[in-house]
Amino acid sequence: MSETQSMYNYKVVRQFAVMTVIWGIVGMLVGVIIASQLVWPELNFGPWLSYGRLRPLHTNAVIFAFGGCALFATSYYVVQRTCHARLFAGGLAAFTFWGWQLVILLAAISLPLGFTQGKEYAELEWPIDILITVVWVSYAVVFFGTIAKRTVSHIYVANWFFGAMILTVAVLHLVNSAAVPVLAAGILTPKSYSAYAGVQDAMIQWWYGHNAVGFFLTAGFLGIMYYFVPKQAGRPVYSYRLSVVHFWALIFTYMWAGPHHLHYTALPDWTQSVGMIFSLILLAPSWGGMINGIMTLSGAWHKLRDDPILKFLITSLSFYGMSTFEGPMMSIKTVNALSHYTDWTVGHVHSGALGWVAMVTIGSMYYLLPRLFGKPQMHSVKLMTVHFWVATIGIVLYIASMWISGVMQGLMWRSGNADGTLAYSFVESVKVTYPFYAIRLVGGLLFLCGMLIMAYNMFKTMAGGSTADAPVLLAAGQHA
Amino acid sequence: MEIMYLLIPLSVILVFLIGVVFWWSLRSGQFDDLEGPGYRILMDDDQARGENASTTPPDQHRGSAAANE
Repeated sequence: MSETQSMYNYKVVRQFAVMTVIWGIVGMLVGVIIASQLVWPELNFGPWLSYGRLRPLHTNAVIFAFGGCALFATSYYVVQRTCHARLFAGGLAAFTFWGWQLVILLAAISLPLGFTQGKEYAELEWPIDILITVVWVSYAVVFFGTIAKRTVSHIYVANWFFGAMILTVAVLHLVNSAAVPVLAAGILTPKSYSAYAGVQDAMIQWWYGHNAVGFFLTAGFLGIMYYFVPKQAGRPVYSYRLSVVHFWALIFTYMWAGPHHLHYTALPDWTQSVGMIFSLILLAPSWGGMINGIMTLSGAWHKLRDDPILKFLITSLSFYGMSTFEGPMMSIKTVNALSHYTDWTVGHVHSGALGWVAMVTIGSMYYLLPRLFGKPQMHSVKLMTVHFWVATIGIVLYIASMWISGVMQGLMWRSGNADGTLAYSFVESVKVTYPFYAIRLVGGLLFLCGMLIMAYNMFKTMAGGSTADAPVLLAAGQHA
Repeated sequence: MEIMYLLIPLSVILVFLIGVVFWWSLRSGQFDDLEGPGYRILMDDDQARGENASTTPPDQHRGSAAANE
């Protein structure tokens, strides 16, 4: 068949993979800067580099630049390899790369300048939102076009997760970013106001916000997990059947967890309860997937001993299990009464973001990079192991310090005297938090150091590597 | 909570669409074999050989060359 003559499109995968590491460093560096600002407030320079403007830059950079590039790279690789077909519409795929980089660049300029819609994880103003929409639709065309031209009948489970991520994020982005631009002297300005108001806006925002966590940062990265864990372990996923059940259970039940971000606010009580119940339901599919991933190594646990890629991947699943247990617990109203607005939330987010998203990304990048640059393996396996331990210790320091300071804050804020007055002033809770902010900074710094080690290893691997595409092979054991 | 008049119908439409896709995958045989696809991705050797390693597969315990077994 003529398909054997064509080549996989590795170029766009290579571009996104390299930028994943670069943006990872940038995003985590901004994270370290704002963590330092909490320890040394003198580090807030001018309005442009103040905490309030750098914090959205950090979240956007790590989620959409680092995480986004990782999703593009892995989904383009996985969809080609599992469909045994070259990527559909190569020009459009190249556009998704340059378009996405432009979005990131515009974010890095506009956020410090103070242009923001004030919506968490959706701060970018309307012109950038339109660009995101165009890039994302192109992504969908490339991805689903490749699925459509597949030369095998079965669509591998990882592609289902990627596909659900692409479609859902499109819907979330369109609904949440609806805004009315401000006119100045009859001319459109980059400033806009949300199409929704008050608590309605808050509900839309967290419907978006939590589903972004659920689909961008969970479904997409589960797609990564379902391909790279079996490939690296050299064993099929523990139960393919369970992976299919995992997928359908997750997408049928995800959509309504958002209101748990708005416990004890102006949101009606019943809506909060709906959010809590759906959050608790999510524990089941999440743990099903986590167990399925980890048990893939069942009978081959020795591989964990000297394979740093598997160390990253399996540890990421452990963090996934941990944070998908912690999340539903924190969504219970009585627990939330203690945890809400404290550093516990920050710790929880980072156990998911560093422990799950970043670790699974790093593992998959270490798998991809040598293959994309024609090398048998990374330049230094030893440095990958060093990276693993530095990153893991960093995460543990980060999460543990935030747990302690978070619970402490929650307990101090709620404790009252016999006469009904508060036992502590707010600033007293800030003061006791101080040492934990320093520990958190050390944890973040360690994680950043790990990324720098990775970049060194990556550039060494790239040096002298070939950038040839691999030929498309007919599927083994294909059935009609 | 007027916004529910948007979000709830949207969810209903989405669940309906997910149902349609589920029905399609059921009918088109996506669930006919729930064992084989797991093995099939391992039968796809994506290991890069590198310039001086064209004949010998690299280091069995590290690369996915183990997938060849």
